[in-house]
Amino acid sequence: MSGARDEHGHHHREPESVLSLRVRALESLLIEKKLVSSEAVDRIVGAYEQDIGPHNGAKVVARAWVDPAYRQRLLADGTAAIEELGFGGVDLQVVENTPGVHNLVVCTLCSCYPHALIGLPPVWYKSFEYRSRAVREPRVVLREFGVDLPESVEIRIWDSSAELRYLVLPQRPPGTARLSETALAELVTRDAMIGVAVVPAPAAR
Amino acid sequence: MNGIHDMGGMHGFGRVEREKNEPVFHAAWEGRVFGLTRAYRHLFNIDESRHAIERMAPIDYLGSSYYERWLDGNVRLLVEKGVITREELERRMAQLASGTDPAPPHSDPKLLERMLRVTKERPHYRQPGPPPRFATGHRVLTRNDAPVGHTRLPRYARGKHGVIDRVHGSYIFPDTNAHGQGEQPHALYSVRFDAAELWGGSAEPCAPVHIDLWERYLEPAAPARSTS
Repeated sequence: MSGARDEHGHHHREPESVLSLRVRALESLLIEKKLVSSEAVDRIVGAYEQDIGPHNGAKVVARAWVDPAYRQRLLADGTAAIEELGFGGVDLQVVENTPGVHNLVVCTLCSCYPHALIGLPPVWYKSFEYRSRAVREPRVVLREFGVDLPESVEIRIWDSSAELRYLVLPQRPPGTARLSETALAELVTRDAMIGVAVVPAPAAR
Repeated sequence: MNGIHDMGGMHGFGRVEREKNEPVFHAAWEGRVFGLTRAYRHLFNIDESRHAIERMAPIDYLGSSYYERWLDGNVRLLVEKGVITREELERRMAQLASGTDPAPPHSDPKLLERMLRVTKERPHYRQPGPPPRFATGHRVLTRNDAPVGHTRLPRYARGKHGVIDRVHGSYIFPDTNAHGQGEQPHALYSVRFDAAELWGGSAEPCAPVHIDLWERYLEPAAPARSTS
């Protein structure tokens, strides 16, 4: 296999200079054909670099923790419930962690992920390692992430194979009864909403 | 298709490596590929887009980074659809390398508005279709089929028994939509599979897998015999 690893340790088939040039050429051709504009691409890149990220999903989780009626609506119809908070662009299914069930999200076929709520996926989520192993040996994978669950806890894996995206509603950590919704949202991590982490109690942070 | 992308359950890939303080994009070109793909979504649908990546030669797929695979798939589709030619792209690369960009600036407020709207509006993949044949709790058997084209029934779940966990509604069918055969929306289900059904005796305990599967992947199955 040809190719090289870049400074981040990622494999590339071609040097980055060639890739970069090809992408510039593609953009130039499509602009010439009036199919895209640089401004549109700039705005999309900017939106995902700055505005759309796990802080969105964290607000949804925190609301579900403090408002039982909202939690019910979120679990019954995630798509409608996130629209209440001003989020959208995704058909969403929310799956809830409980003392007896831990949920884990993967896309074995490609990289499906709830962008609108947690941004673009990290490289590991799209990696061959995670895609191949999360369904086959989820407990081993979770232990690599530092989550060691007893066998009495069911690990429920969700392979995102359709145009529905999955978000894990983590368990609210103990010792947070007095925290405001905003403070709770700050505890919620991207990894917890994928299911490869639990939300730690504030004292443990 | 029995493609390299269909990786669920494969062995040999090793530990999941995580990167600390990972940026959204690792290089500017990755962001451009992502943005371009969003911008010309009207030229081809998501299923064509996925299938283009799946058609990469397996050795190239495994040797490429994520956005390299996107770029490869995008170029493949744009060429197949007659939007660009490979020669044109090579020529433009040479022109840019020598310092000239012949493309006049282009502004398109409507395109911009449409792209930004997509991040807020409900996706269009859910479309009216025939009523579902199965209900929650029904036992089903997935088809043992090895289509040459695009499918979203992962290889590891073919010919397996599962239980309908949830009826999602009617969704555009990727297997036809990827091949210009229409959207053919019909019932989509979340189907629950016991780990032992998928992986046999070496499965981890208490680790069922839920997969979203279209009705055409499924056949009715007899009620489960007690196995315990």
